[in-house]
Amino acid sequence: MSEEEMIEGGGEGVIKKFLYLNRRAPYGSIYALESLEVVLIGAAFEQDVSVAFIDDGVYQLTKGQDTKGVEMKNFSPTYRALEMYDVEKLYVFKESLDERGLTEDDLIVDVEVVDAKQMADLMDEQEVILSF
Amino acid sequence: MKLGVQVNEGPYQHQASDSAYQFVKAAVEKGHEIFRVFFYHDGVNNGTRLATPPQDDRNVANRWSELAAKHDIDLVLCVAAAQRRGIADADEAKRNGKDADNIAPGFRISGLGQLIEAGIQCDRLVVFGD
Repeated sequence: MSEEEMIEGGGEGVIKKFLYLNRRAPYGSIYALESLEVVLIGAAFEQDVSVAFIDDGVYQLTKGQDTKGVEMKNFSPTYRALEMYDVEKLYVFKESLDERGLTEDDLIVDVEVVDAKQMADLMDEQEVILSF
Repeated sequence: MKLGVQVNEGPYQHQASDSAYQFVKAAVEKGHEIFRVFFYHDGVNNGTRLATPPQDDRNVANRWSELAAKHDIDLVLCVAAAQRRGIADADEAKRNGKDADNIAPGFRISGLGQLIEAGIQCDRLVVFGD
């Protein structure tokens, strides 16, 4: 049994607004990787998907990740593949970038950088929020 | 109200599973429908029947099994998360060449699509985690 074999029973044409909220660094815990797995599987259900990155979650998108020393898989290239799954609405919280000395140029994908008000509005308009 | 529940943390280490259990129990008692409880990340560890907590402590897995049996609640362990963490039913054990299974009664193993489906079908999806 694999994930791909088990995609069934969606909402019969119902389209909801889903937000995946990524809050944690890519390594150090498995939340980021397993969040990405949900986004990829969830794409098959053709919902209205947004993905947001806040706090240490912004590190998930940084360029030049080298995981050899910790013997973990560098899964950051997968974020570039999200576009092929029609997951195109990526939001990054400006304050989290600023706090970490990062800018949009440090990120491996095109994103929309949003302030606190915009992030709050984004969350407010969602029907399902999955927080990782 | 039709409710979906997601549990993202394992038993004992974290209160998420306890809180989710209390929430589900209270919701059912209030007449709400629990569409599904989906266990993800270390949450799949709630579904092993091999845990032996001290006798004067709550038994988290048994408690979920009993609640599921009493109210016919769908308890789903994510297959990808379960494979990583060594939680298997008889089919999964056989498929992956393991010598035993350890899934607790009332739980089943299925895909992440079941989580997305709960998000689509339910009035609310409530996430318990860190």
